[in-house]
Amino acid sequence: MVGLQAHPVPSREVMREALNIRHGEDLQNKISAARVAVCGLGGLGSNIAIALARAGVGHLHLIDFDRVDLTNLNRQQYAVGQLGQYKTDALRETLSLVSPYCDVTCDTIQVTKENLPDLLKTEDYICEAFDRAEAKAMLVSGVLEHFPEKYLVAASGLAGLGSANTIQTRRVSKRFYLCGDGTSDSSVGLGLVASRVLVCAAHEANMILRLIAGETEP
Amino acid sequence: MIQVNGTPVAIAAGKTLQQYLDTTDYVPTRIAVERNGEIVPKRLYGETVLQDNDVIEVVSFVGGG
Repeated sequence: MVGLQAHPVPSREVMREALNIRHGEDLQNKISAARVAVCGLGGLGSNIAIALARAGVGHLHLIDFDRVDLTNLNRQQYAVGQLGQYKTDALRETLSLVSPYCDVTCDTIQVTKENLPDLLKTEDYICEAFDRAEAKAMLVSGVLEHFPEKYLVAASGLAGLGSANTIQTRRVSKRFYLCGDGTSDSSVGLGLVASRVLVCAAHEANMILRLIAGETEP
Repeated sequence: MIQVNGTPVAIAAGKTLQQYLDTTDYVPTRIAVERNGEIVPKRLYGETVLQDNDVIEVVSFVGGG
């Protein structure tokens, strides 16, 4: 067997042209110029970030304080070789493999209502992807209070193996969207399963991309 | 009468958002509340007096991510 050789990384221009062919140049210009913050890099955030990077989002701000644990691998986009690494570092590495020209900023930090105004000031789109209900409520309240001009996409209710069709995106208010079934709590019953977490992550990523494209309906 | 998550709710005049929430099962640390499309910061629940025709949206989060 001939040994596999790593393919050289295509130039920025070649990769951009491939996205232009897929999405059209006008849309790709918007996507490439977009700045998105992903708060929490678990089952939701790791999948959201990869979807956005593949779509060619130009700037991603990854925020998480945690390290990759064996119990994460059932649904989060990390590999065995990344166990013990900070999720910010591990995901940055993965993103560099699939979208090498995505500009990635990492903050390995716990978001609090105190540091939130400074931490999230740069991005136009904020994605809530935390695990704990209290953290979700804190982030949503803080973003809507401090950054009413930004778009916020959050998630609630994605645990278990219920029908994927119950996971939806709804527009709560002008710039605030909520994905999920609203009720399936990870602390009750089966917990989190890759497929349903992916459905919800896809809802969040899709809403972000729709907003970037200028579509405001869920 | 106010609206909470799309449902009409009768509220006595002068009641605050905090007083209303105290009558519900919402877990205070797991909710975000919008009033007429604008967020009400938690610290203001006690001084936000509900007005007739207010549209209140209580977003109650569950865990998982």
